[in-house]
Amino acid sequence: MLKLPENFQDYSEARQQGFIKLKELKERGKKVVGIFCTYTPTEMVLAAGAVPVGLCGMSDEPIPAAEKFLPKNLCPLIKSSYGFAVSDTCPYFYFSDMILAETTCDGKKKMYEMMNELKYTHVMQLPPGRSGSTALHSWYDEMLRLKEVLEQQLETVITEDDLRNAIRLKNRERKATLDFFEIGRLKPSPVSGYEISTIMDSNSFIFDTEEKIAILEERTAQLKKDYQENFAGKPSRPRILITGCPSGGVRDKIIRQIEELGADMVAFENCSGPRAQKDLVAEDKDPYLALAEKYLRINCSVMSPNPERIEALGEMLDEYSVDGVIEIILQACHTFAIESYRVRKFVTEEKGLPYMALETDYSQTDTGQINTRISAFLEIID
Amino acid sequence: MNFIGIDIGSTAAKTIVFDGTRIISSFILPTGWSSKETAGQIRTHLRTAGFDVDSDDTRTIATGYGRISVEYADKILTEISCHGKGGSALLAGDGVIIDVGGQDTKIITVENGVAVRFLMNDKCSAGTGKFIEIMANRMGVDINELFALAQKGNPITISSMCTVFAESEVISQIGAGKSREDITAGIVESVVSRVALLASRHEKPDKYFLTGGLSLNPYFAKRLSQKLGQAVYTCEMGQYAGALGAALLAAEKLQ
Repeated sequence: MLKLPENFQDYSEARQQGFIKLKELKERGKKVVGIFCTYTPTEMVLAAGAVPVGLCGMSDEPIPAAEKFLPKNLCPLIKSSYGFAVSDTCPYFYFSDMILAETTCDGKKKMYEMMNELKYTHVMQLPPGRSGSTALHSWYDEMLRLKEVLEQQLETVITEDDLRNAIRLKNRERKATLDFFEIGRLKPSPVSGYEISTIMDSNSFIFDTEEKIAILEERTAQLKKDYQENFAGKPSRPRILITGCPSGGVRDKIIRQIEELGADMVAFENCSGPRAQKDLVAEDKDPYLALAEKYLRINCSVMSPNPERIEALGEMLDEYSVDGVIEIILQACHTFAIESYRVRKFVTEEKGLPYMALETDYSQTDTGQINTRISAFLEIID
Repeated sequence: MNFIGIDIGSTAAKTIVFDGTRIISSFILPTGWSSKETAGQIRTHLRTAGFDVDSDDTRTIATGYGRISVEYADKILTEISCHGKGGSALLAGDGVIIDVGGQDTKIITVENGVAVRFLMNDKCSAGTGKFIEIMANRMGVDINELFALAQKGNPITISSMCTVFAESEVISQIGAGKSREDITAGIVESVVSRVALLASRHEKPDKYFLTGGLSLNPYFAKRLSQKLGQAVYTCEMGQYAGALGAALLAAEKLQ
């Protein structure tokens, strides 16, 4: 059973509506930058007067097109993203003036080299870990280089004032996003995890940050009221936290199923979750340094070592009163697949909670097996 | 009151009737192509034996991959909970249940009589009963004959992790003139290795217990036990573990 509001707009509707808005923006001369990852300093894109749009592939439709060029045994997110681009079936890719990406995982960075043949792709050199002696310094240099690249490609000038304004605006968006996520801390949860996940992904198709903030604030206020009136004091269903790989592409196969099978999805410890929102960009120092510091702190499994992810997970398990953890591992995502060893150990041994990893891709072929695993996991929690 | 457990697997459908103290009826039917039809046959079969699933005096839990087709069930539960429960009852205690079924291989750790952790094979039939079935077919023997041949052989190495590729490996070994005994031994060894590897991802228990269709074969259990370096128990009722668990859980939860 899913609790969805009456005016709920699913992801594909939001994606479609965004096309028209983006087309209008383009016609008015607005520049568009296609992005893929939480590591992208979107403040820089905003300061350049352009709009960032997420191009992360979440559908298995374009995967056959991608497999003409990419190995079959590769992460579905990478194949889907490239497939949309190479088959020219994503209007957002089409409208993008350039692509901005980072050397995150091996699969992505090598795919970006191929994407560059389709459209100019600037790849920021993200350090492989935070603790290296040159990590922050080189990432800071990458911010300065990005300024030049954006100015040249988009024929604009980024002033320090523009950048400071963009930082303040994005920090406000982060606070609004975090407040929305934290509705999941209420017990019983008044909001479906399916809705949370949909809103977060759909929001990348809203190009006015103020509008995004307003949408989030309004929904948060409604849900708080709804909790007081209809949920407070009532019994709760088992509360599940999702961790691991990006979950947008398996929203129906996994997140929806978890809730339909009788649990509440209350927290997301992955790149679309609150972990990146909690941590703001410092507003009182060199803005390029502040951006470098903030974006280097993101605790994706591409970082080595990555103890910060375990710390963040521990905090979330307590704050969201979690009963069980399900980790999503997209096929051939080595960094999350390997790190799942540490996550499992932490969750089961230190936190004493049930844990299950689900390895899957974007296809529908394992729906039955996934359902059995989720049902069994929930029976064990019960 | 009677408690009925129905476990519709991909190959066989198992039914147990439990009266609260002992098993009073058990039977196996082939699943066939339609779980719904199988569920109907089970209902008829039960009625003939004097058990009416629609009566107020009966509680039914269905499990297995065809569980949703049992429309007359009072509750459905997954194979994990049911195999955990039934396996532990047959094992008389805690341990790790290894269920090698037609489509899935499950590793279930049971503590205090309840399933607490589980693992299932990847989206692939290597390391399941299906693998043996396909290979037996390729070798032109039935499953029992395959095990009989395998015991006399020296296992060749089958390296592929995928049933389809493993089948072509087997074909090339046939082409190379290897003996049937050695090839069948290699086939069994390949499943044993896959199952043992999956089992080794759970903490080593005091007791391993093999359930599912392959538990009927002593040679398989023996090889598995050698691979795991520990005794692997089986029992006559091993194939009924899921159905028994479902019946016991019906008695526990649906009184």
